[in-house]
Amino acid sequence: MAAEPIVAIRELSKVYQQGEINVTALNEVSVDIHEGEFVVLMGPSGSGKSTLLHIIAGIDRATKGSVLVQGINVANLNESELADWRNQNVGFVFQSFNLIPVLTAAENVELPLLLTSLGRAERRRQVALALELVGLGDRGHHRPDQMSGGQQQRVAIARALVTDPTLIVADEPTGNLDAKSASDVLTILQSLSRVSKKTVIMVTHDPKAAHFGTRSLHLEKGEIVAD
Amino acid sequence: MALPLKYNVRNVLVRWRTTLFTVLGIGAVVLVFLGLRALARGIESTNANTGDPRNLLVVRKGSQAESGSLVTRDQFRTLRDLPGIARNEQGEPVVSAEIVMIVSAPRRDGNGEANTLIRGITPRGMELRPQVTLVEGRWFRPGQREVVVSTRMARRFAGFELGGTIKAGPERLKVVGQFDGQGSAFDSEAWMDADEARAVFDREQYSSVLLRPADPLTVSNLIARIDSDKRLALRAESEVGYYSKQTMTATPINYLAGILGTAMSVGAVFAAMNTMYASVGARTREIGTLRVLGYSRRSIVLCFLIEGALLALLGGLLGCLSAWLIQVGLTTFNVTFGTLDFQSFAETVFQFRVTPDLMLLGLLFSLFIGLAGSLLPALRAARLPVISALKSL
Repeated sequence: MAAEPIVAIRELSKVYQQGEINVTALNEVSVDIHEGEFVVLMGPSGSGKSTLLHIIAGIDRATKGSVLVQGINVANLNESELADWRNQNVGFVFQSFNLIPVLTAAENVELPLLLTSLGRAERRRQVALALELVGLGDRGHHRPDQMSGGQQQRVAIARALVTDPTLIVADEPTGNLDAKSASDVLTILQSLSRVSKKTVIMVTHDPKAAHFGTRSLHLEKGEIVAD
Repeated sequence: MALPLKYNVRNVLVRWRTTLFTVLGIGAVVLVFLGLRALARGIESTNANTGDPRNLLVVRKGSQAESGSLVTRDQFRTLRDLPGIARNEQGEPVVSAEIVMIVSAPRRDGNGEANTLIRGITPRGMELRPQVTLVEGRWFRPGQREVVVSTRMARRFAGFELGGTIKAGPERLKVVGQFDGQGSAFDSEAWMDADEARAVFDREQYSSVLLRPADPLTVSNLIARIDSDKRLALRAESEVGYYSKQTMTATPINYLAGILGTAMSVGAVFAAMNTMYASVGARTREIGTLRVLGYSRRSIVLCFLIEGALLALLGGLLGCLSAWLIQVGLTTFNVTFGTLDFQSFAETVFQFRVTPDLMLLGLLFSLFIGLAGSLLPALRAARLPVISALKSL
């Protein structure tokens, strides 16, 4: 395991304002995540696991504390820098797949690459490679509505890894899948962590899904209660 | 970098019902706008298409049009003898003193009467207007109460057909021929012998004089000479220039096009806005996803502006195509329009003319509708908080 953590979280707090009440979603959380780890964030609803994932991924901002990803303090980036940073460093997998319905599988996977300086031929090559990796090399021309849920989620994983990001974050990726598809998706994430040394952080409610990870963090009331 | 255009195109097409209604709405607005402009353009191009660049038209100083002008016989004689005027093969100066009169005639469609313009013209005047050609019957004979009318007037007014009669006060003029003015202002006229016209209408004076300078170098001298001669009190200008200035008739239609176009475009902008707001609403999670993938707020704004523009351009194309088809139909069935000419107070006949520059104007107009209508929805889309956008159903 590398000495320097990929993600270093220090005294991270997130407080939401709901009317006149302050709701603490995260309370002084500190944790290090290393390269190649498959970290599973678990805990009851409202425990702060999704909030923690969103802050690490740069789609939400902390109220206090810091998140350093490969030494970069994400909190210091402005909106536009943050968008670029996400594109280059983070791959996302959502519970509802979040594919663009009017685009084919290959076009969906190509979306993050359009923001890079890669030429068309190279983009095509990367897309084909990513789809191959998730076992959908022959489904590039299918639209999301022509695919099963499991296949759609695998396209979403291909989209997440096509830019070769440092982090892959997954928010309940098996929540909408049957057992077989869920197992397929988790196996892919696991192999990304084991074989490709990607750092995977996944939020899940499912204890079976947690078995695929290398480490589990249990959150309750905004704090890590078990590591 | 912007999202690929196919993403915008497919999104416009996938919501085909709302797209269709918005396109139809914008298309109708563009059609009305273009239709009015095409009528105005018809009048303008009729005037722009009239006259010979070698000719000079002389009218009384202070009068803007032939109908309000008087040229005495003495003035005509002085003009005729001016140096620098071309002469024909018989050695006669190429000068035509003409009289312009208004006669009320019944419309063929039974829709009341309208003023028509009768020009008393000389053989020199006909030589000076080679664009006017006889297409049916024969030319009038001097000393006869005969008249030759344009084919377009013949289609619009009762009694203007070959063999028909036109009532001019107590007199009756027999239609002996039809001419084609080739889309010029002469298509709104009937011609007869100048001296006969003075007798019929009991007029001592002429209305105007058309003449041809001997060569282009004498043109400015001749104009200066006529303008500066205090005895004459006349002014001369090129015949083409005179007609191209007679576009006042198109002004009210252009104003109407402006007012109606503006009023309808406001409605169309709201229609486009409604469609685009609905599109943003339906794609909130998609927008959140794109933002997560790294697309900037600017890309999102651009994306929705492009979609609004695409939607509107489809409407614009529909409007342009409809206007063009209307023109083809009107041309096929020889349909012309008439309106009161504010200079001559006679009916001027013109065609519906949809020109390429008008179509471009129509497309730009639709583009404006699309961009104006999609700006606020695009800004809303870009400002959506990423987290709540992702949670949207």
